[in-house]
Amino acid sequence: MAELLLIAVGAATVNNFVLVRFLGLCPLLGTSSRLDSAAGMSLATGAVLTVTAGLSWLLDHWLLIPLDLGYLRIISFILLIAGTVQLAELVIRRRHALLHRLLGMYLPLITTNCAVLGVALLNSGSAGSLAEALATGLGAGLGFALVMLLFASLRERLDSAEVPQPFRGPAIALVTAGMMSLAFLGFTGLIRV
Amino acid sequence: MATGVGLLIALALLIGALLARAAARLPTDDEAEVERINALLPQTQCGQCGYPGCRPYAQALLLGTAEIDQCPPGGTATARALGELLGKRKPGPLPADAPAGVAIIDESSCIGCTRCIEVCPVDAIIGAATFSHTVIAADCTGCELCIPVCPVDCIRLETGSSPLPARVPA
Ligand code: SF4
Ligand code: SF4
Ligand code: SF4
Repeated sequence: MAELLLIAVGAATVNNFVLVRFLGLCPLLGTSSRLDSAAGMSLATGAVLTVTAGLSWLLDHWLLIPLDLGYLRIISFILLIAGTVQLAELVIRRRHALLHRLLGMYLPLITTNCAVLGVALLNSGSAGSLAEALATGLGAGLGFALVMLLFASLRERLDSAEVPQPFRGPAIALVTAGMMSLAFLGFTGLIRV
Repeated sequence: MATGVGLLIALALLIGALLARAAARLPTDDEAEVERINALLPQTQCGQCGYPGCRPYAQALLLGTAEIDQCPPGGTATARALGELLGKRKPGPLPADAPAGVAIIDESSCIGCTRCIEVCPVDAIIGAATFSHTVIAADCTGCELCIPVCPVDCIRLETGSSPLPARVPA
């Protein structure tokens, strides 16, 4: 149990997929201008991350490895991720039409969120168990949510700040993301592996 | 090779079947239905129903997350019409009709900033910049959107005496 917790916390902080490994940057910049849409996006991505981490592990260990079909890993994982994202989009559209409108195109784009595929592929690369794969997925989702919420809160404040003209908009957002990344590097050494 | 192709096809079919099942089980979000509900609403876009406008309210009605009596500009007539269209739901306790009233501008204090004109969804305010403004009582739905924007706080709401008959656009 402690082991799993370490894996999850490690994936959320030390190896944070967004700010340390630089995966999944487009939703970070695209959906973080408002706190509520950022929260919706984190929830959707986190759920997709955890589910696909588990499913891709099962697919890998039950079918791909026994059948010696390792070369199909990427394409079959993408199939799994696309299906899961479709399901998530369906649920959000039918149950929270407003959130669906807020997130718009970024919701189906979770499919191409490199963090999702990244977690699935990293999991199959390491020889961990199913529980470890799920913990990594959950940790990555929590890490993504943490960064999204922090970043969206910062950006909401930046909106009303006196930013010099040349830095307005995406420029200051990228500078902010860079500084957050520096801060997250400070987590290195939190967990000794 | 053949196992690989077979595996991918099987996987795709499985995922497709699961998605189709999920789509059939979740509540519908049929656009045509939303349009039919939306057509009954006053299109004031005032937000008094608690949604950003009439269409989002129509969507919420279809999903069943909103009640049929949340639109004050529409009044009892709209609530009835909605109840009829949505059928299954019994019309809940209707609000006392139009307590909303009308906005009144204190013309001696108005500085003519035109802010209230911009926010009024039914164009019930007339006036020109730097001149005193006034409300056309017959068109005002009492949505109160103009009250917070007035910089000199000279708009108030007269309740109880609404000349506005509850209406449902055809
Ligand atoms: S209260 Fe009625 S008129 Fe106002 S936005 Fe809602 S549905 Fe439209
Ligand atoms: S309350 Fe104000 S904004 Fe609303 S309809 Fe009346 S005049 Fe227009
Ligand atoms: S907002 Fe107030 S001051 Fe400005 S035009 Fe309207 S009533 Fe007059």
